[in-house]
Amino acid sequence: MDSIIVDIKNLKRSFSIGEETVKALNDVSFTIKTGEFVTIMGSSGSGKTTLLNILGCLDKPTEGSYFLDGTNISELSKNELADLRNKKIGFVFQSYNLLARTSAIENVELPLLYNSTFSAEQRKEKAIKALEAVKLSDRLHHLPSQLSGGQQQRVAIARALVNDPVMILADEATGNLDSRTSYEIMMLIQELNAQGKTIVFVTHEPDIATFSKRTITLKDGKIIKDIVNNNVQNAQEVLKNLPIIDEAATATA
Amino acid sequence: MKITNLLLIAWRAILRNKMRTFLTMLGIIIGVGAVISMIAIGEGSKQSIQSQISAMGSNMIMIRPNSNVQGGVRLDNTSVESLTETDVIALQKKTAFIKAISPSVAAKGQVVNGANNWSTSVQGIYPEFLSIQSWSLKEGTLFTEQDVKTASKVCLIGQTVITNLFPDGEDVLGKSIRFKNIPFKIIGILNKKGVNTFGQDQDDVILTPVTTVQKRILATTYYQSIFASAIDEASTEKAVADIQETLRGTHKLTNAEDDDFTVRTQTELMTMLSSTTNILTILLTVIAGISLLVGGIGIMNIMYVSVTERTKEIGLRMAIGARGSDILMQFLIEAILISITGGLIGVALGVSSSALVTVFLKWPTLVTQSSVILSFLVCFFTGVFFGYYPALKASRLDPIEALHYE
Repeated sequence: MDSIIVDIKNLKRSFSIGEETVKALNDVSFTIKTGEFVTIMGSSGSGKTTLLNILGCLDKPTEGSYFLDGTNISELSKNELADLRNKKIGFVFQSYNLLARTSAIENVELPLLYNSTFSAEQRKEKAIKALEAVKLSDRLHHLPSQLSGGQQQRVAIARALVNDPVMILADEATGNLDSRTSYEIMMLIQELNAQGKTIVFVTHEPDIATFSKRTITLKDGKIIKDIVNNNVQNAQEVLKNLPIIDEAATATA
Repeated sequence: MKITNLLLIAWRAILRNKMRTFLTMLGIIIGVGAVISMIAIGEGSKQSIQSQISAMGSNMIMIRPNSNVQGGVRLDNTSVESLTETDVIALQKKTAFIKAISPSVAAKGQVVNGANNWSTSVQGIYPEFLSIQSWSLKEGTLFTEQDVKTASKVCLIGQTVITNLFPDGEDVLGKSIRFKNIPFKIIGILNKKGVNTFGQDQDDVILTPVTTVQKRILATTYYQSIFASAIDEASTEKAVADIQETLRGTHKLTNAEDDDFTVRTQTELMTMLSSTTNILTILLTVIAGISLLVGGIGIMNIMYVSVTERTKEIGLRMAIGARGSDILMQFLIEAILISITGGLIGVALGVSSSALVTVFLKWPTLVTQSSVILSFLVCFFTGVFFGYYPALKASRLDPIEALHYE
């Protein structure tokens, strides 16, 4: 179980803007093992978005190496990267990115449509299973417009789960949600992590980081802190202890 | 990537925007509908002209004396006296490509029955004339060769003449009518043929043995024209060649001399009329084709806007594993599906509007298979052509930028 999913060594990523070269990531090294729940923290401009793009195989490093589940990303073509994303990564975005006017189940099965090994029945079966995992089995045919923000994000998480990825990459996944719904989502993510899913959560909210087992903090393209959290908060308990007043505020909001 | 998956992806994307899809299709629907109905109108009128001509006898060949200069005087071709019985006898021996021969002499005048009279012409012919011009008898009998020999005063009568001479609708068979004081016994009634392409009433006719007109009315030994029919449409040209050779022989023309007669066929007439309707069809089709082009540009416009509007969706699809080629194919298939569906509806519209034109305007229309296939192919290629560039643009988007596009 302790195999390494992410292996990053001396990774650099620079962009040239006009004549200037901006080093977004400057010599970053770390590893992530199966079953970890890591938050990547940092203020804007710290390089966390660039790191997320590289972790998600949307971008390639300028220097250094990144092995995802044993595959060297630098050697892959665009199409091979697309196939890798399809099979190994599950994305969860801040703004959910669900297809409008498309039912929950069709949204969830979308990644499987780009993988020709699945038949129509298998796709449906897996999509229903993923929606059950995020407790939305009673909302299979609802459209995004008929779902609350939290429910929409849960559909997006189901979409990230459906292809059985080696890693779920969440990008500010609670950024658009109120605190109660955020805790509900964190509860779900903690549950998935408990089931053995590897989770990498990019956020700038220190509050969210307290739910993870490990926090990597970036500043100016370098890792300034990589700490193991010995006092992981349980989202379910936090939710229980949430004052009633907060709930009323949520209801009127 | 399975094509069925791509089709499903594109189909769902189209269904997400039904109204816009329909509006995009509308250009194609109208374009294809217009092309099909315009071709149908053009083809229909061509067909009706052709059927009218073949009703006159499509294998028919007409020989007339030339309106040539004779002895310095330019003559009207009916008064040129060059076709004689010798010509007819000579032609009757040429049976290789010629099926039937009949001379024709006509005399104009008033025909009288009691208090009614009517201005028409009496045409002298051989019995074969009826088969040459596709005439048939409604009642009575045809006159015989014996009648031709004896110059009998018998006649076959057309429907228009009957209406004018016998307004009470009595039985005309066996009755007598008078033409230039000569009584003619009606022995046959001709079936109605109607108005021909040139607006001439074909039923305003009285047919008698050729000798009757020659000897009893005009006192001439010449013919105004000779009608012949080829054994089939294909051998018309060979029959014409035979006729020319034979007549040059009987008229004793030297090689240096021009023909003193003219041979005309229905094929020539048909070609001439067809070319007129062809120009009409081409013109209508070009106009309709332009509207199809505008429809195609409409597709391109919408697809182009759609790519910009759906940038985030494209980014998402790429993030979850769509290759650039998958995105290209999705947008291309969307464009083709829109244009093909539009094409199908357009075909239905074109076919039904052609039918409506026939019912309400009484214009003949003919929807040809080729016009349907052609407009369908044009639709497909319109989709490919106008969908390709926007699709290419979509496939070349950078997933990172597309995901953060607002």
